[in-house]
Amino acid sequence: MIPRRVVAGLGAAALAALVAPALSAYPLTLLTQAAIIAILAMSLDVLLGYTGLPSLGHAAYFGVAAYAVGILTVDYQCSFLTCLVVGVALATLTAAIFGLLAIRAAGTYFLMITLALGMVVWGLAFRWVSMTKGDNGIAGVPRPELGLPWSLSLPLPFFYFALTATVVAWALLGLLVRSPFGMGLQGIRESETRMRALGYNVWLHKYLAFVIAGAFAGFAGVFWAYYNGFVSPVDVQLVTSVETLLMVALGGPGTLAGPALGATLIVFLKNFVSVYTKRWLLILGAVYIGVILFAPQGVLGAFKRRSA
Amino acid sequence: MTRLTTRVLTLALLAVLAAPLLAPPPTTAQGTPIKIGFLAPMSGAFAQVGKDMLNGTELYLDEIGRQVGGRKIELIVEDDEGTPAAALTKSRKLVDQDKVHVLTGGQLANVGYALQPFIDGSGIPATYPVIAADDITQRKPAKWIVRTGWSTSQPMHPFAEWTIKNTKYRKVAAVAMDYAFGYETVGGFQHVFEEQGGQIVQKVWVPLNTNDFAPFVAQIRRDADAVLVLFTGRLALQFLKQYQEAGLQGKLPILSGGTTTDESVLPSMGDEALGVISALHYSQALDLPANQKFAKAFETKAGKISSYYSEATYTNMRWIVEAIKMVSGKVEDRAALLAALRKVDIKDTARGPISIDAYGNPIQNIYVRKVERVGGRLQNTVIATIPSVSQFWTYKPEDYLKLPLYTRDYPPCKHCQ
Amino acid sequence: MRAAFWITQTFNGLSYGALLFLLASGLSLIFGVMRIVNLAHGSYFLLGGYIGLSVIWRTGSFPLALVGGAVAVALIGIGMERIFLRRLGTQTLGQVLMTIGFALIFQDLALLIWGGDPYSLPLPPALSGVLTVGELRFPRYRIFILALAAVIGAGLWLALDRTRVGAMIRAAVDDAEMAAGVGIRVPTISMGVFALGAFLAALGGVIGGGFLGVYPGLDFEILPYAFVVVIVGGLGSLPGAMVGSLLVGLLDNFGKALFPELAYFTLFAPMALILALRPTGLFGRT
Repeated sequence: MIPRRVVAGLGAAALAALVAPALSAYPLTLLTQAAIIAILAMSLDVLLGYTGLPSLGHAAYFGVAAYAVGILTVDYQCSFLTCLVVGVALATLTAAIFGLLAIRAAGTYFLMITLALGMVVWGLAFRWVSMTKGDNGIAGVPRPELGLPWSLSLPLPFFYFALTATVVAWALLGLLVRSPFGMGLQGIRESETRMRALGYNVWLHKYLAFVIAGAFAGFAGVFWAYYNGFVSPVDVQLVTSVETLLMVALGGPGTLAGPALGATLIVFLKNFVSVYTKRWLLILGAVYIGVILFAPQGVLGAFKRRSA
Repeated sequence: MTRLTTRVLTLALLAVLAAPLLAPPPTTAQGTPIKIGFLAPMSGAFAQVGKDMLNGTELYLDEIGRQVGGRKIELIVEDDEGTPAAALTKSRKLVDQDKVHVLTGGQLANVGYALQPFIDGSGIPATYPVIAADDITQRKPAKWIVRTGWSTSQPMHPFAEWTIKNTKYRKVAAVAMDYAFGYETVGGFQHVFEEQGGQIVQKVWVPLNTNDFAPFVAQIRRDADAVLVLFTGRLALQFLKQYQEAGLQGKLPILSGGTTTDESVLPSMGDEALGVISALHYSQALDLPANQKFAKAFETKAGKISSYYSEATYTNMRWIVEAIKMVSGKVEDRAALLAALRKVDIKDTARGPISIDAYGNPIQNIYVRKVERVGGRLQNTVIATIPSVSQFWTYKPEDYLKLPLYTRDYPPCKHCQ
Repeated sequence: MRAAFWITQTFNGLSYGALLFLLASGLSLIFGVMRIVNLAHGSYFLLGGYIGLSVIWRTGSFPLALVGGAVAVALIGIGMERIFLRRLGTQTLGQVLMTIGFALIFQDLALLIWGGDPYSLPLPPALSGVLTVGELRFPRYRIFILALAAVIGAGLWLALDRTRVGAMIRAAVDDAEMAAGVGIRVPTISMGVFALGAFLAALGGVIGGGFLGVYPGLDFEILPYAFVVVIVGGLGSLPGAMVGSLLVGLLDNFGKALFPELAYFTLFAPMALILALRPTGLFGRT
């Protein structure tokens, strides 16, 4: 019996895939962005929604991988596979190091420390000019050459490419959160003391969640660099981390698909609203407050509760 | 959550998702207008610059009645939020959905670099009125981009020579913002200054999120003859104040990149700005007739004095319109429009005569200015004019381009300790 | 290094730390009593600065600007707490998100009302200029900041330590349930502390306006500083905020002056040190 959520998720992806050829370049661009950012949001959900650890520095791992791709493709002309592996590896390594510092802290301190750590990466992106080209950013990242009959430089093939990545990430993360490890994380979110009493190694669970979340954020970052063809310190700034957090909250923490939906909503909202008004930041802020007040479990969380 | 809330939420969700996908491209009832796509930061930290840029653009369009050669001009404004990703997304919208005939705007260097591959890939004529990153018209010139503004080091080369010829400063310490705009400003000055016998004896780089300048001002070598600075916006405001508080105003004269005393921040400054000598391709106090007319019209429209951002976009729009006239309004022929943009040559812009060099950058006057109080308010009084300055100064382009781009470590600080 | 350098830099570091104390003490106290992480705290700082600017433009009075900015933002804080935050209880995520939502709204409103140009708060002549002692220069405004922060710090300490209200606040910080059990009106105390925290942050913003300026983006630029002070000093502790802010001010200043190559990272060095040695901060409770 295939679970309902698997059907729903695959159905959404199939729908997007079917509709895509009918769209013109601009909406397709937005959908591609949404697909990639959805991976970032889902990765944060592992940490935030499932383990209960709110991180304000998640863009750091996203950016590290993006920069890896930028540097490797522009300076060394690396293949897609190499870039993917190195990007994700570097993001994972960064998360592994930062995790040691961050997991030491609990609750509010964790939030503040992740913010500070995110700023360290931002500072590095600015300061290490010989590597990152500093504020100018790295331009000219070419689309990957996979030997396919369709060039990834065109919007439609690249969209399918990104969508595949999203589905793969969603499937892997889905397996993770439903495994005994994932169940352990949810238990920790509910009550750390209880889990400790049951004999779980709470620190290890939290640390691994942190590292895995970082790894998948890196996975998103790789595709983001290819999509934009450009990497800059903006990709690791505080605002990016904050927006990711908000996507998870909007979509529904702890549902995996929710944050993916939240990412899509935010990407569309940002671009749609800013065409009509300069006050889109204000509207965004109001939307968040509204969500917390009226639908604290996020959009998908609210639907889940209804059907439960 | 109640049923009603769920229903409302569902509908709202669907609306948000569907809207951009279903929205028809905007069309006008009467004929086909000439569409100009305009990108600038309209929200976030740089929103004021975006507003200045838009005001300059609209001032010119209103002056010509928003039409040229019988065709209406439609300006489509998009917010690039000051980030490369948003700039790319909005550019795609402008080019692919709104089908603009020419793209213009942008403020930050990284936006300028990020858009280059897209512009060249789309084959859309584009102009950069403000983006000054050197390399865009140097080692990696874009085919489809014409700069109507300036390049960062362009004013600093003649400024260095002016300093050698008109002052006794031979040992200069540099304090600048720690990013490419700062590196290229200092580098340009250093290149010519050291060639003509001067020395840069120190380089202090200030991070962009600094709020207390005391540790940086403390490092400045007091045995230098003068200090070369480069700041923009609120950093310029605060640095000059804290420089004065440290007792250095008057003791260590300041030479500066033009944005430090640009009219976008000058009105908020006080005595701490007096005496600062800077170089730029514009000053609001420039007494050319075209500028006097422009400055007055701008102040009436915007309620504040014109900064270099507003003059840049005003002249930029005039440039585009002249190019459109050259192709008799046939903007659909993109290659022809691009060629025209490169051929425009105006002698009486608000900043003086401008023509475009082979790499797509303006050749124009550079003004050395000094901050003075005239009629109760601060202004950048023009004290010298260096005519027909190109981005390569007196060097042959082929030789100049063999050298590396000015960066944090180039030219190397041979006289630093 | 000459003695003048050390003395000047110490003075600079302390005066910067004094400003950070005003910003961070409010954040720390609010958390201590209400367990709320207020991510709009930087916005309070910013709004205080802007409102102070408007007051001084209109009335020319610096003291009025100080009071006006601080009181106005305190009222905004009360509004936020009573109408919105109160409903959330103690769930961290909800507070984080709601306060971020407010931060975005405040940022855009400030842009709408005051525009995007950067401003400097005009200072009264008594506080401008420099006090020269030999070859040393001490800007009068920085002396003022130090003095004011010291007075406020002392005042807060005495209030917490010697008054009944102070005792009630300390009780609520220690154990809110017990405090309610002995008849302390915890919700009223909470609201008062929230207002006080906002008041202090906004006061810092007005004062900072003459020193750092007021400009779009200041809210999110100053927030990491508040966080680092609180991480170093410990959440919920007034002595922690005092020591933390002075430490951060000094270390940041000396770090940037002595190691200019690491200027981007000097803020985080004290934080990393504390995390390695005492994860809950110098005066924090485990």
